[in-house]
Amino acid sequence: MRVKSALSLTRRDFLKIASGTLAYLGFSGSLAPKLASALEKAAKKRQPVIWLHFASDTGCTESLIKADKPTPAELVLDILSIDYNETIMAAAGHQAEENLNNAVKRGGYICVVEGGIPTKEGHGMIAGKNMYEIMEEVGKNAVAVVAIGACSFDGGIPAGSPNPSAIIGVREFFQRKGIKTPVINLPGCPVNPEFVIGTVVHVLMLGKVPELDKLGRPKMYYGRTIHDNCPRRAHFDKGQFVEAFGSKEEAMGYCLYKMGCKGPETYSECPRVLWNARLNWCIGAGSPCIGCMEPKFVDNLAPFYSRLANISLPSGDVSADKIGIGMAVATGVIVAGHAIGRVVTGGKKKEEEKE
Amino acid sequence: MAKKLVIDPIPRIEGHLRIEVEIENGKVKEAWSSGTLFRGFEILLKGRDPRDAWFITQRICGVCPVSHGHTSTLGLENAFGVTPPENALLVRNLIEGGQFVHSHILWFYHLNALDYVDVVSALKARPTSSYLKQVQGKLKAFVDSGQLGPFENGYWGHPEYKLPPELNLLAVAHYLEALEMQKKASHLVGILGGKMPMHMTTPPGGTTWSPRVDQLDDLLFRIREIKQWVDTVFIPDVLAIAPYYLKWANIGKGHLNFLSWGVFEDPSFDPKKRLLPRGAVFGGQLEVKDVGPAQIKEYVDHSWFEADSGNRNPAEGKTLPKFTGFHGDGKYSWLKAPRIDDHPMEVGALSRILVAYLSGNEKVKKLVDFVLKELGVAGKPQVLLSVLGRIAARVVETKVVIDAMEEWTLKLIENIKSGKTQTYALNDVPEKASGVGLWEAPRGALAHFNEIEGKKLKNYQCVVPTTWNASPRDHKGQRGPIEEALIGTPVHDPDKPLEILRVVHSFDPCIACAVHVIHPETNEVKVYRVV
Repeated sequence: MRVKSALSLTRRDFLKIASGTLAYLGFSGSLAPKLASALEKAAKKRQPVIWLHFASDTGCTESLIKADKPTPAELVLDILSIDYNETIMAAAGHQAEENLNNAVKRGGYICVVEGGIPTKEGHGMIAGKNMYEIMEEVGKNAVAVVAIGACSFDGGIPAGSPNPSAIIGVREFFQRKGIKTPVINLPGCPVNPEFVIGTVVHVLMLGKVPELDKLGRPKMYYGRTIHDNCPRRAHFDKGQFVEAFGSKEEAMGYCLYKMGCKGPETYSECPRVLWNARLNWCIGAGSPCIGCMEPKFVDNLAPFYSRLANISLPSGDVSADKIGIGMAVATGVIVAGHAIGRVVTGGKKKEEEKE
Repeated sequence: MAKKLVIDPIPRIEGHLRIEVEIENGKVKEAWSSGTLFRGFEILLKGRDPRDAWFITQRICGVCPVSHGHTSTLGLENAFGVTPPENALLVRNLIEGGQFVHSHILWFYHLNALDYVDVVSALKARPTSSYLKQVQGKLKAFVDSGQLGPFENGYWGHPEYKLPPELNLLAVAHYLEALEMQKKASHLVGILGGKMPMHMTTPPGGTTWSPRVDQLDDLLFRIREIKQWVDTVFIPDVLAIAPYYLKWANIGKGHLNFLSWGVFEDPSFDPKKRLLPRGAVFGGQLEVKDVGPAQIKEYVDHSWFEADSGNRNPAEGKTLPKFTGFHGDGKYSWLKAPRIDDHPMEVGALSRILVAYLSGNEKVKKLVDFVLKELGVAGKPQVLLSVLGRIAARVVETKVVIDAMEEWTLKLIENIKSGKTQTYALNDVPEKASGVGLWEAPRGALAHFNEIEGKKLKNYQCVVPTTWNASPRDHKGQRGPIEEALIGTPVHDPDKPLEILRVVHSFDPCIACAVHVIHPETNEVKVYRVV
């Protein structure tokens, strides 16, 4: 769908289209009745959102307020009704608790979760409650949960071994608790703001959750590797690599594979969507991708400056699957593996001028 | 009789903070500050390639990741024995500067202003300009919708809100403008760093960003746009609002001990020549003392750790977590209590500006004196050691930094023009070494310690800003800086403790940063070289 065009609509147009679309789109699944009623309310009101901060560093909130269309002000004032968010809300202490309780009682809200859930008692508390108690209470009555960032996806960085606070992601928490609320995962460290906005727009406009992969990630954002879409790909194919930072090759925009780029194993639309209002992105600034969109990336894709070792020869062992889940498009990995192997083993670096 | 009051959550900060106070005769008599989240972070770094540390430590705090990245890189360069070229210093200063400006704008307008600006009162204003009429119309439609969202249940109408409706409306208009400006400042980091938060381009040795003239041009004009906004909106806003709140120059003074490690590198690499230099001030005496990390000790007498974790320099810190509930064993926080020679130290913009002012920094002196004159207290810098002063210091600092950013960009362009293009110095991870990085985040003094063995990280330790500011009591029962600053704060209505929020927010606490500083492994003595 054309997310961009949806975002340029005014809120009124937007909701008109959203409710109209709902009328003839035959969406299915257990979500339908809940969403229908949420949308019906949304036509009169802004979509209520409860935004929970757990074991995170608030980087995803920071990421989201760098977005451009819509602007942060439009998100807060025109599109959503952010009824609870500790980073921006005016209310404190018991008034804040009251806001949360009221919003849960009113229902019809989307719950955004930022940060993983510490499952050890006392390791994460808000208003005297453990974070796991809050997640259960708010999560089970939500229309849907949008889990933003690596931490709410699978615990993220603080869940790295040995995971001292026993932090887990929302999906796993819901599985343990038998909570049926659908979860949309938008991993990344931080989350790409356009993935969040595009997903929410998709839900509001089309009345259904975008198609998800088996990890609960929208395929429209996590379906292709960075390597497949990389503007430096042509240099890779020609065997033109950066061998050192600050070099002539870097200035010519050669491929960063040898500097450790995790683009071949990272499924994300970064090359197309970019960051900070489509201003730049990691590879655009001369840095190899560190694979922050991938499950357990800090354990599975480090060291970040070492080249992917397990993608070696065309006929060799393509063991990228060690990162397991997330490799749904295995053929893509094999193709990438072949190509990398060919270039690295057989290709020679050519000093060619950048076009 | 004293009345106990717990404010949890404290909103409009980063992270999870709980403040408990005892109020007697309308004033705060006692205060306890608790960090309520435990993540555990350094353990993740053990055994890793040291070059990964600057990426991973950025994830300690999504609000000031740039500072963690830079501090980590400084410590690694110290261990690797590599000196980055001048262009890399300029790029790093620009990236750090973008984050500082972003952070201070966001703090003033979106985290702090709602303690001083009554949004509901803005509806009563009678604006004359079409711009303000439009903003008021938008606000009215928002309030009429009945969905107040983040503005629901604020302390609106509290008698401590002193601004006339017109000024409240202007501030609301600028709250919205500032949402755009904080973004524009962040985008400066995006140009040079790939993205913000979590920039990608400043590993040990220099920067991976190759200078491109079109990007520098873009950067320069973006900096000038922000600079103009700071001059014509940000500074005038603060000067317009402050006169209504002058009594806050006498509230929230605290221990009057201030620490700055210094930030924004000078080509000489002398921390005393940084744009904002290194130094400490004790007991409100207006003179700067030298300070170093060997003077730090951390205590856990009131923190959820076993006793053996306390009374240590972070270089040899142990951390044995043990949650015992609020005030079980007198313990009430996941934060340790760091001290310099047993003194609790305030860190942040006020500490930096004070140290710079007392070190004779011309630019800072001129700006501070200008602010003092505007507020009618010329020649009395000590009034800035207060809630009001913390606010003023962030504004002064924003101006100092955005102006410097223009100069750094011009310098970078000049270097490229004259053929001085090096951005990176080749380097290798040593077999065995250790290093320290001392720097500043927008919220205050930041230190990273590393120890490398067999080309891997053997240990890693951070001492971060909010651990200083929001620390609990120490072995001597001395309160942490926020706790101390709260003592004596008047509270008009304990059900709406607006004044307490003002004191706490003046420190800009960032708890994600503070609570990660825990090493949950047991029985281990870590030794670092402390420079």
